[in-house]
Amino acid sequence: MKRIILQYEQVDLILTRLAHQLVENHSDFSNTALLALQPRGTLLGQALLQKLKSLFNIEVNYGTLDTTFHRDDFRRSDKPLIPNEVNIDFDIEGKRIILIDDVLYTGRSIRAALDAVNDYGRPDSIELVTLINRKYRREVPIQPDYVGEEIDSRVDDYVKVDWEEKNCKVWIITDNT
Amino acid sequence: MSALSTNHLLGIQNITSQDIKLILDTADSFKEVINRPIKKVPSLRDVTIANVFFENSTRTKISFELAEKRLSADVVNFSSSSSSVKKGETLIDTVNNILAMKVDMVVMRHPAPGAHQFLARHIDANIINAGDGTHEHPTQALLDAYSLRTELGDLTDKKIVIVGDILHSRVALSNIYCLQKMGAKVRVCGPPTLLPKYIGSLGVEVSNDLRESLEWCDAANMLRIQLERQEDKYFPSLREYSTQYGVTLPMLKSLKKEIVLMHPGPINRGVEITSEVADSDQSIILNQVENGVAVRMAVLYLLANHK
Repeated sequence: MKRIILQYEQVDLILTRLAHQLVENHSDFSNTALLALQPRGTLLGQALLQKLKSLFNIEVNYGTLDTTFHRDDFRRSDKPLIPNEVNIDFDIEGKRIILIDDVLYTGRSIRAALDAVNDYGRPDSIELVTLINRKYRREVPIQPDYVGEEIDSRVDDYVKVDWEEKNCKVWIITDNT
Repeated sequence: MSALSTNHLLGIQNITSQDIKLILDTADSFKEVINRPIKKVPSLRDVTIANVFFENSTRTKISFELAEKRLSADVVNFSSSSSSVKKGETLIDTVNNILAMKVDMVVMRHPAPGAHQFLARHIDANIINAGDGTHEHPTQALLDAYSLRTELGDLTDKKIVIVGDILHSRVALSNIYCLQKMGAKVRVCGPPTLLPKYIGSLGVEVSNDLRESLEWCDAANMLRIQLERQEDKYFPSLREYSTQYGVTLPMLKSLKKEIVLMHPGPINRGVEITSEVADSDQSIILNQVENGVAVRMAVLYLLANHK
């Protein structure tokens, strides 16, 4: 069974709220940088970047981070782990970093991201934005600082964040039908 | 997502063009890694790699060792000059003894062509060929292709000439296979005595005219004259060789277009190329060395990337 849990209009409202929350804590973003996680966090990252620009006319340091080489399932997964592009053209040292990913579930990607960030320097602080927080299945003690929507889901459910241009929908797919 | 079609890198001849693309694309990621403030990633931290060198090597060995350490692998080094091989131990016994110490991958250089195929059949570890006699040197070909792709973009229909001692060169053979699989046109150029008799059967053009070949090509790979492998005289003197087949700066500047110049090293300065050419803007020799680490990291990572 496939069911939409967030329509485009709802996602747009959520992005507006997240942008306001980020500005509340980071004001003009002069010492803050956004780091979106490859591959799927980058779409949310771009959307947030546009929100900050259109609502507050703020230019933010923005980069993409790949966590492949820091994952804990190398040689344990059936699928080969193929890296994605990293694009960070600013210095991480001393910055306030905001990590961006679309769905937070087990927390293992974020654990890998925390290690990966340190390869580029020692940031002042690291926060986490996620569009969807799937509760009840965290495997490491990691929690988000900014959440779009919290959902309860079962282990065999799949949550899909579907970006088409500006149009974003969130589906929950359950296989019990 | 794709994976390599093989568990070993024995030669370019037996990998696919998709494998080559995957290795070079992955090397892009590792090039980024080795330019970070912290140049090390933890991917291979539970992997032990033995570097087994039955022939001398400086840059290949350092490059592999650095690649392994940048991936956090545990590394053991072995060279035949200081080992039991001198006491008469066979290849398979030597390697089995190393494997009994729980080694996962073996990087080997051996003077006998095909030594790696033999090992791959008999032992349970990923084997990487770091040069087998005059046969293949796959990671050198991959790093050459990677460097060329960085300079020239997609290699389809690009013209590459390999100049010099083709007869004794494992770099030449691996380069020919690799460039052809990437769609490039390959020519070999050198004195007739240093060109294998049936080299044309590989589908390469053959020329004895350096000047004309340089005008033809987009990039030239200048091979080292391997005096240590030459038991007979293949040309009258080094001076005559360099007059006929050495590239000089005036020659390079007089060409109609700017070509890329490569050399797998070590350079005999003043023989294959002059010092000015080696240090000129058109030479990418040091880029090749840097790329070598990234490409070898990609090969090790992808081979280890199985359950």
